[in-house]
Amino acid sequence: MFPTPIQKRSPAAQIAYQSMLPLALLLWLLPLLAVMAFSARPDADFTTGNYWGWPSSFEGVANYTLVFTSEMPRYLLNSFLITIPTVIGTIALSCMTGFALGIYRFRGNILIFFMFIAGNFVPFQILMVPVRDLTIDLNLYDTRAGLILFHIAFQTGFCTLFMRNFIRQLPFPLIEAARVEGVAEWRIFVYVVLPLMKPAIAALSVLVFTFIWNDYFWAIVLTQGPDTQPVTAGITSFNSQFRAAYHLMSAGSIVAALPPVAMFFLMQRHFIAGLTLGAVK
Amino acid sequence: MAVAPVVPDRHPPAFARRGWYRRNEIALTPWLFLAPGVLFFTVYVVLPIFQSFGISLYRWDGLGEATYIGLANYRELTTDRAFEISLWNNLRWLVLYLLAIPLGLGIALFLNQTVTGIRLYKSLFFFPFVISQVVVGLVFSWFYLPNAGLLNLILGWFGVSLNVLGDPDLATYGIIVAGLWPQTAYCMILYLTGLNAVDPEQVEAARLDGAKGWKMLWYVIVPQLRPATFIAFVVTIIGALRSFDLISIMTNGGPFGSTRVLSFYMYEKALAEFGFRMGYGAAIAVILFLIMLCFIAYFLWSIWREERGGRG
Repeated sequence: MFPTPIQKRSPAAQIAYQSMLPLALLLWLLPLLAVMAFSARPDADFTTGNYWGWPSSFEGVANYTLVFTSEMPRYLLNSFLITIPTVIGTIALSCMTGFALGIYRFRGNILIFFMFIAGNFVPFQILMVPVRDLTIDLNLYDTRAGLILFHIAFQTGFCTLFMRNFIRQLPFPLIEAARVEGVAEWRIFVYVVLPLMKPAIAALSVLVFTFIWNDYFWAIVLTQGPDTQPVTAGITSFNSQFRAAYHLMSAGSIVAALPPVAMFFLMQRHFIAGLTLGAVK
Repeated sequence: MAVAPVVPDRHPPAFARRGWYRRNEIALTPWLFLAPGVLFFTVYVVLPIFQSFGISLYRWDGLGEATYIGLANYRELTTDRAFEISLWNNLRWLVLYLLAIPLGLGIALFLNQTVTGIRLYKSLFFFPFVISQVVVGLVFSWFYLPNAGLLNLILGWFGVSLNVLGDPDLATYGIIVAGLWPQTAYCMILYLTGLNAVDPEQVEAARLDGAKGWKMLWYVIVPQLRPATFIAFVVTIIGALRSFDLISIMTNGGPFGSTRVLSFYMYEKALAEFGFRMGYGAAIAVILFLIMLCFIAYFLWSIWREERGGRG
C-alpha cells in the first residue's frame, strides 16, 4: 500500500495525521460551511454588517420555511419531473445499444460505438442553435418534454459507452449456451443479459440523475419561467427576487443542491463505481 | 430476479417459423436494438453538429429569412476583440484546470489510509463534485464578496483586501479556482480507486530496493495509475472547455467582458443581450468544436489502441 500505512509510523506522526484530517476537511469545505452559516442568520445581521460575528438570533427554521413557501417547490418539482423520465429513457435506450454493441460482431460496430463516444465529448454550444430550432419546430419549446427528449438523446452517448463495456465483461459462453438452446435473441437480452446488468443500471441511474439535476445550460436554452424550469435555472430568478437577502439565497441554494447530495450518500457505492469506470484495468 | 430458466423453443415444425427474420436473426438483432438509440442520437447530436457548420455561413436572427454570407462571420471573428479575449481565457482554463489532476492525486494520497472514519472523510472530500455548478458558483461568489465574504475576513487578518470578481485581472482566476474545487474532488476519487488497485507486491519489492517517498511515487506508483490519469485528463479537458455555468452565475462574463470564454460568448451572441445572431454564434461554436475535436481525436485514438490491444 502506498503511502506507508500510518499505523507503521511513529505515534507522533499518527497523532499529527489524526488531527490534520478534520482540519483539512474544514479547510476544504470552508466556502460551503460559510453558506450554511449564512442560511441560519436573521435578516438583521446583514443590514447591520454582522456577517461573521455571533448571530443575533438563529433563524434557520424561518429561513428554510420561507424558501419552501416561495416558487422553490415548483422548481424542485420540475427538476424531478425532468430528471426521472430522463433517467428511465436513457437507461432503456442504452441497455439496448450497449447490448447490440457489446454482444454482436458486425460491420460498423466500432464506428457506431465511436460515434457515441465522440458525440458525448462535443461542446454543448455546437448543438445549441439547431437543437433549439428543432425543439421549437416540434412545438416543445418551454416544455419539460422538450428538455427531456434532448437529455435522453445526449446522455445515451455516455451510457452506451458504459453499458457496452460492462456487457463486454460478462461471460460470453452464457449467451452462446442460450443460443445453442435456440433461445430467440431478444429473449437472451431480456432473460440472460438484463438481469446481469443490474449493477450497471444502478450506477448509471445515480449518475444520470445527478448530471441532469445539475444541468443548467440546456435548462436556460430550452425553457423559461417557473412552469417548466428546473431548480438550477430557477435559483437565479429566486435570487433576483431576494437580492442581497443572503440568508434566503443561501438557504435556497442548499435546498437546490440537496437531492443529488442525498442520492450520492444513499447510493455511494454505485455512484463511485460509475464514475471510476475504467480507472482500473 | 434470478436468471429465468431458459425455455427452449418447443415448436418443432421448423420451416413454418424459419421465416426470413429467423434465418437472419443474429445479423438483424443488433440493428433493431440500435435503432432507437442511434436515431435519437443522430437527430439530437450528430446532425446538429453539421447544421451548426451550415448556420455559421448565414446571417440569421433565428426568426426571419437567413441570408447566405459565406465566410463573413469567420472574417468578423478575426477582428473581434471579445472573441480574442474569450480564446485566451479558454487557454487559461485549459492550463489551470489541469492542476486538478496533481491536486486530486495529492488529496488521494493524503486520504489513502485506514483509520477510523476515513470512509466518511473520503465522501465529504468528494462531495463538492455532486453539487451543481450553479450552486458552486453561488457559494464561491459569496465567498469572494468584498465585504461580507469569508475570504476577505481571512485576508483582513493580514491587512489585505481583494474584490476577486470585480477585478478584470483576477476574475477569471477566481472562477477557475471555483471550478477546480469539484474537479479536484473528481480526480481524487479516480486516484483513490486507482491506488486501491496498485499492486502491493511491486510496492514491497520497490521498498526492499530502497525506493521511497517521491521516487517511489514517480517511478512505481504513478505508472500504475495510468488508466486513472487518462480518465482524469479526459474529464478535466472536457470540463475546462465546457465551462459555462460558473461564468454565467459568478460574473455573467464581466467585469468588462474579461471572464468570457468561447462557450459563454457564443451563448451571449446567439441568445442573450446582443440580439439573436445565430450565424455568428454558430461560427464561434464551430471554432470551439474544432478545438475540442483535437482532443476528441486524441481520446478516440487512445481508446482505439486499447480496444485493439484488448482483443489481442
